[in-house]
Amino acid sequence: MGKSGSGKSSMRSIIFSNYIARDTRRLGATIDIDLSHVKFLGNLTLNLWDCGGQEAFMENYLSQQRVHVFSNVGVLIYVFDIESRDVDRDMATYVSIISALCQFSPTAKIYVLIHKMDLSPPQAREQVFMERVRLVRQKTTEFVQSTGFTGEVDLTPFATSIWDQSLYKAWASIIHDLVPNLSVIESQLESLGILIEAEELLLFERTSFLVVSNWTSDEGQNNPTLDRQERISNILKHFKQSISRFTGTPRNAEQFLLMEHKCGGRFSIFCLKFTTNTYLMVILPPGEARFNSAKLNCQIARESFKFLDGPVAANAQGRD
Amino acid sequence: MSSLRGRAISPIGDDTHEILKGVVSPAQLNLERVIQQNQQRQQQQNNASGSSDQQSSGSPAKGKPRLLLMGQRRSGKSSISSVVFHKLPPNETLFLESTARIQKDSMASFMDFQVWDFPGQIDIFENPTFDVDAMFGEIGALIWVIDAQDDYLEAVARLNMTILNLQRSYPNIKIEVFIHKVDGLSDDYKLDIQRDITIRIQDELSDYGFENAPVTFHLTSIYNHSIFEAFSKVIQKLIPRLGSLEAMLTNLCRTCRFEKAYLFDVLTKIYIATDNAPADMASYEICSDYIDVIIDITEVYGSWPRSRTHHESLEGAPWNQKLEDQVASNWAESCMVLSDGNRPIMLREVDKYLALVAIMKEDSYDKMPLVNMNVETVVQGLKEFFEITKPK
Repeated sequence: MGKSGSGKSSMRSIIFSNYIARDTRRLGATIDIDLSHVKFLGNLTLNLWDCGGQEAFMENYLSQQRVHVFSNVGVLIYVFDIESRDVDRDMATYVSIISALCQFSPTAKIYVLIHKMDLSPPQAREQVFMERVRLVRQKTTEFVQSTGFTGEVDLTPFATSIWDQSLYKAWASIIHDLVPNLSVIESQLESLGILIEAEELLLFERTSFLVVSNWTSDEGQNNPTLDRQERISNILKHFKQSISRFTGTPRNAEQFLLMEHKCGGRFSIFCLKFTTNTYLMVILPPGEARFNSAKLNCQIARESFKFLDGPVAANAQGRD
Repeated sequence: MSSLRGRAISPIGDDTHEILKGVVSPAQLNLERVIQQNQQRQQQQNNASGSSDQQSSGSPAKGKPRLLLMGQRRSGKSSISSVVFHKLPPNETLFLESTARIQKDSMASFMDFQVWDFPGQIDIFENPTFDVDAMFGEIGALIWVIDAQDDYLEAVARLNMTILNLQRSYPNIKIEVFIHKVDGLSDDYKLDIQRDITIRIQDELSDYGFENAPVTFHLTSIYNHSIFEAFSKVIQKLIPRLGSLEAMLTNLCRTCRFEKAYLFDVLTKIYIATDNAPADMASYEICSDYIDVIIDITEVYGSWPRSRTHHESLEGAPWNQKLEDQVASNWAESCMVLSDGNRPIMLREVDKYLALVAIMKEDSYDKMPLVNMNVETVVQGLKEFFEITKPK
């Protein structure tokens, strides 16, 4: 949810429908609520509710559709436009949304995305973001105190832009909280990583190329590039677009099976189609024999990760 | 200048010798003409001044081919050079200031060349302060940019005048016309404009008695790969013995059953040679984007040093080998298998500046080791080629 024109549908199209940032200009305004079901990792169906942001709709959500919209919410993603001139009004709408949410789904997680960060000058970004977050937090506490609401309102803020990898960072962490049996995936990845002497393992979801889970060795922790997961998501997703242009296959189709890259004496990397819904990327120290055996081992390890494609085990609902 | 060009045409090492026999590329012909022209000019100069060291030996740009970017003001010259040579995102070129003086850029690449960006409002032939000789003496190519979305009659008239002025003293200059900003135009309209401009220029020139002037036309835009494609064609004309490079790649394509192979300059994404299969934009785009992927990934994971202890643990059991001996090749090797027909794209670093990128046939991933071996041989050949042809 968020104000009209703040970029909710653009964001959704980029992450789940493989649009490129340029293409989102063509999107029109969302009328009422745009429902979509996104299959994620096979056994996780996300019900995304993209709510049109024009004021008439907003009032409608808060009055007539209140019960319908705000019950059974797993996640609320509230988008603020950094360029918005009428901040007070934005905050007022935000508070009324939050109050409705606390009434019907008190356990919902709240993510606040301060969007269109690319529009503010790079050196001022950090400050603008902190300022806005402070304001949002302040409003939230004021609301909690004034109503005497007993539950805890916990929000996670992110600075995002569709033009760089920051969007992937926000969504990866949103998704991360929704994936069931995450701890099993993590422990299995860890044992695989240690076995093949990897530096880092990244497990991607097939269509969105968001990082579902990762494992990093002690040595790999020293990598100075801290936003590497988002960057790799971004790089590979862009290249998927190039491939689809080249082969003429639909954007959402599977584009590649295997990618390998040996960078002399520095590192090797491969990214292979792992299970039906995931890709696994492995970063290894250099060495031909190590590379080939790791590749074989990962192919064998597929069996143990089959549960990722398993039947419907959990159903989570998310709304934005 | 003449001596080094002379070296370039001397025979090349054994393994490529066979290919080279009887192949005279247009580039080579052009070079020979340039040499003759230079020699004549030098003689004239020597005769006129009577002194023997009148050569332009003082100029720092000696031996570097030069690309001149000229055209009307606001036709997009600076945008072109920023996008191609400085990696500026195309939408940011809106903010470029207009160029007031000649911008000289030196590109350190596989072949050192210079790009000179001329301000559009200056007419160099009417302004006596310009040393026309110094400008056009060692020129590689003159690129004339025409804005296709504007009224181009004046630009065409000025281009004609420039060509006529140049033809008198430097008859061998290559003139490349970029019909620019065609991204917003329909395909039919593009071709119409190209035909119109071509006819206008050729008619005018033949009126003055220049038939078959060396003018080539390209349709370009900075918002897609066409500008890189056009620059590739221009640069290729400056490469001595391009024919043998192409023959090597064609040979590789035949033996390894590649669909298409490109030799890229990694920095600028210009391809300096390709095999003789017809070039299409799609394969160029995917290859050039693949280079981007590799560069970006290498930046994320290859730019930091691993610790000493980690290094030692990698050399211990069960490998018991020095890390340097564990790797097969010191240069980057990469490949990606597409789902569509199992087609692999492969990339191999040739040296600091160049990379070989090829699109392979369906289901040929299994033969990758064999392909790598062949590619290795070709890469050795390429290195030898550049060793021989590099200016000394």
